[in-house]
Amino acid sequence: MAIKVEHEIHGRRKGRNMGVGLLLLGMIGIVFGLTVVKVLGLTDIRQMEKFDHVARPQLEPGALEAAEQRAAEVAAEAEANQ
Amino acid sequence: MTDATNQTQTYEAQMGDYFALMKPRVMQLVVFTALVGLLVAPVGVNPFIGFVAILCIAVGAGASGALNMWWDADIDAVMKRTAKRPIPSGAVQPGEALGIGLALSGFAIVLLFLATNALAAGLLAFTIFFYAVVYSMWLKRSTPQNIVIGGAAGAFPPMIGWAVATGSVSIESVLMFMLIFMWTPPHFWALALFVKSDYGDAGVPMLTETHGRTVTRKHIIAYCVPLVGVALWLGFTSIGGPFYLLVALALNIWFLKGCYDIWQRTDADSEADNHAVEKHTFKVSLYYLFGHFGALMVEALFRANGLTAWAGW
Repeated sequence: MAIKVEHEIHGRRKGRNMGVGLLLLGMIGIVFGLTVVKVLGLTDIRQMEKFDHVARPQLEPGALEAAEQRAAEVAAEAEANQ
Repeated sequence: MTDATNQTQTYEAQMGDYFALMKPRVMQLVVFTALVGLLVAPVGVNPFIGFVAILCIAVGAGASGALNMWWDADIDAVMKRTAKRPIPSGAVQPGEALGIGLALSGFAIVLLFLATNALAAGLLAFTIFFYAVVYSMWLKRSTPQNIVIGGAAGAFPPMIGWAVATGSVSIESVLMFMLIFMWTPPHFWALALFVKSDYGDAGVPMLTETHGRTVTRKHIIAYCVPLVGVALWLGFTSIGGPFYLLVALALNIWFLKGCYDIWQRTDADSEADNHAVEKHTFKVSLYYLFGHFGALMVEALFRANGLTAWAGW
């Protein structure tokens, strides 16, 4: 039994199948290209983490600065207690 | 909708048949004007994002064309000019056209939103809705002013291009919209005056048939006069300049003269010279639109290279 079964529909629909294939390749190219352009255009790489669908409180505006300030206060407090 | 829904498929549809559903000739105008709207905007766009945006606008226009062909399959089958379109010819089934139209609409709107911004995607969605529903399903068969309001759908692309770049609507983009909107009626009615159409047989009210050719001549000049105002006004906005104004002045005198001549003629004059003035004015209308948008593009090029400063602009 032949491994590759031929059918007349393969020839009849060849043009359509090729067209759909090219469109899908084009779609992949567009999504890939957009991803590259968008990621390279990010001003702060932490913005990427916004899209991982996990709550990230540290991404809130000013969160990083507040955390650093709090850490400095804790360190100063610990130093004073010693 | 329609007897044509039960068309017998006579042969295997090829990619070309599906492509024809998207009205490629209309897409050319859409791509050109959207590109101009994008390029003349004061904000630069990444070239790849610009390319994807224009592609989305073109696909959105094509999708609305497919939806229009699905809805109008019955009248397309009656009229000689449209009888060979994919659905009445039997190459594509109406359901396929509907599916392609809806799928491509969704694809174009979502991708434009992801690639650019919500305003551009919203304007594209509204354009598709306007052409497929407001024009095709509602106005086309109910009023002889159908092409006036339907022309708005063709006028949105430069506004979408501008929104892609700036994320906003401004006087410049509104005037580009108005330029195409006001241009469509004299352009189309000049054509209607010399092409023997069978819209009447298909039950589509066209001004030439519902109100007569004399009224159509008056309508042509009535739309042409405010069109001149819009075209010149555009020259005094941030995207205009001395080059655009010169081109606009020449084109507007040329087109206004044609429209005036059409208005002054009777049908007997028109028959006598085989509609020479109407044919000439229709041709001028094509140069008119491409000339204005081409001049805006050249003006943007001049501005980018600091060449408009010499004129004190």
